[in-house]
Amino acid sequence: MLLKKDQIEHIAKLARLRVASEDIAMYQDQLGSILEYVEKLNELNTDNVPELAFAVGSDNVFAEDKVEACSEATRKQIIEAFPIKQGDLLEVQAVFADRTE
Amino acid sequence: MDTTLLTIKSIGTLLRDKKTTSQELVKLFLKRIEDENETLNALLGVSQTALNDADASDQRRAHGKELGDLDGVPIIIKNNIVVEGWRTTAGSKILENYVAPYDATVVARLRKAGAVLLGAANMDEFACGSSTENSHFGPTKNPWDKERIPGGSSGGSAAAVAAGFAPCALGSDTGGSVRQPAAMCGVVGLKPTYGRVSRYGLMAMGSSLDQIGTFARTVEDAAILLQAIEGADPKDATSTDLDQTFIPELTDKNVAGLKIGLPKQYFAAGMDEEIKKAVMDAVRKFEDAGATVVEVDLPHAPYALATYYIIMFCEASSNLGRFDGMRFGYSSSGESLIGSYERTRGEGFGAEPQRRIMLGTHALSSGYSDQYYRKALKVRYLIKQDFDHAFKDVDVIAGPTSPSVAWKLGEKFNDPLTMYLSDIYTVSANLATIPAMSVPCGFVNGLPVGLQLMAKPFDEATLCRAGMFYQSVTDWHTRIP
Repeated sequence: MLLKKDQIEHIAKLARLRVASEDIAMYQDQLGSILEYVEKLNELNTDNVPELAFAVGSDNVFAEDKVEACSEATRKQIIEAFPIKQGDLLEVQAVFADRTE
Repeated sequence: MDTTLLTIKSIGTLLRDKKTTSQELVKLFLKRIEDENETLNALLGVSQTALNDADASDQRRAHGKELGDLDGVPIIIKNNIVVEGWRTTAGSKILENYVAPYDATVVARLRKAGAVLLGAANMDEFACGSSTENSHFGPTKNPWDKERIPGGSSGGSAAAVAAGFAPCALGSDTGGSVRQPAAMCGVVGLKPTYGRVSRYGLMAMGSSLDQIGTFARTVEDAAILLQAIEGADPKDATSTDLDQTFIPELTDKNVAGLKIGLPKQYFAAGMDEEIKKAVMDAVRKFEDAGATVVEVDLPHAPYALATYYIIMFCEASSNLGRFDGMRFGYSSSGESLIGSYERTRGEGFGAEPQRRIMLGTHALSSGYSDQYYRKALKVRYLIKQDFDHAFKDVDVIAGPTSPSVAWKLGEKFNDPLTMYLSDIYTVSANLATIPAMSVPCGFVNGLPVGLQLMAKPFDEATLCRAGMFYQSVTDWHTRIP
């Protein structure tokens, strides 16, 4: 099973991944064969079988709504890790720049 | 003193009897690392404060304080578990220079226990792999044959213990990533029941599958280490309170009456005959000591791999979404915000994480999620049910950890699907959330073989009893590369 080129491009867009054009064919093939393998699950009739989404009991686990302060040293380390910053502020590109799509 | 055979227990004895100090031992381990790590590439970094930590332990001991089993004992931490002040890279370029600002809960607990955090272990990038070949920092070599893989994704941790860099290590196991490298490197690897150990500070791959696991030479040591890190954590909502605890040293090694199940699906035609022999020889040891062995049926076993891969791809694609170059990590700018995300992730992630992210994204996307993800969750239910039924009749389920011994570097690298098939025996335990352990049980062509034991949820005590019995009647775990 081979995925189509536009399928890979669509998936890459959803995943926010830039795939080099020379790698698209490789992914078409690899992803295709992996998806073909997992089709195996269609051999099983799973009507009326519940989904096991949670590994442990399905009770809600709550925490107290309490602010835990962060130490100054930790705060500095976190700010230090910002890729682009202005002083203590994190700088990012505009979310709503002039969008055409 | 050869560091390779030191265990947590033997170190404790030497320290208590004042035959050595933690500082002296740590110096020996550091020398070993200095001599061998360049070839093996098991560690990505060594702690700058290890000797200070060891000294602090020695001071505590000199002041007559009551000290636990891990006080002064060095340990290796897989590099996807955050350690404050350490570069925690998850084996990836996208976190190549990321210095963690906090400790994982397990790390905080180890510090409290007085352990000496010695170094960070190499791994497949974001735990995506079964051979440690997917590390951005080069593969780790198997200490038994340096042209072969150590297994993965916790290959660095397993190799480090096998090579005597430390008596124990932490790894993570989503589909076998502690047990399989343990088998490949001839050491013990233990994956706890889901929820037993806090995942706070473990970089998430498959949130419903991940557990931090322990590596050591002996089952007793692996259990001691587990006891130091386990238990409910308010920072991990999926961690559970444990109402039973067990003390490894006092575990009765008597296996008379223990019921062992061999899944017929794990011993199907085509299985490697030599691995089968090693596993059956191991099972016979239990029988000779009074255990009963029966066949069990896990009818959905042939679907475990497909179920695992779908669920894991989906959860990983979601978890890896946080790596976007905005707040930390590798960052590459594009003309727009989306362009920056795409470049950062396209350049920062290696091929295997990208593959998994794409597969997961596809399987969760509109029009496909019912067919893939939700279907897989249903089959997961059936797989768990198989184990629940089997455990009505048996206490432990046994089989091989891996369908093969360590293969050569590069041999499976270019075929992802072949690589995935090597997880065939390990994924079920993660799907069914049960505890599982690999114990060395022999060699094939000079390469280690692992016996996998699985038990009921939260029944690590029975697993350890079985494993400790086995190590009391065999000496595979005393062999060194």
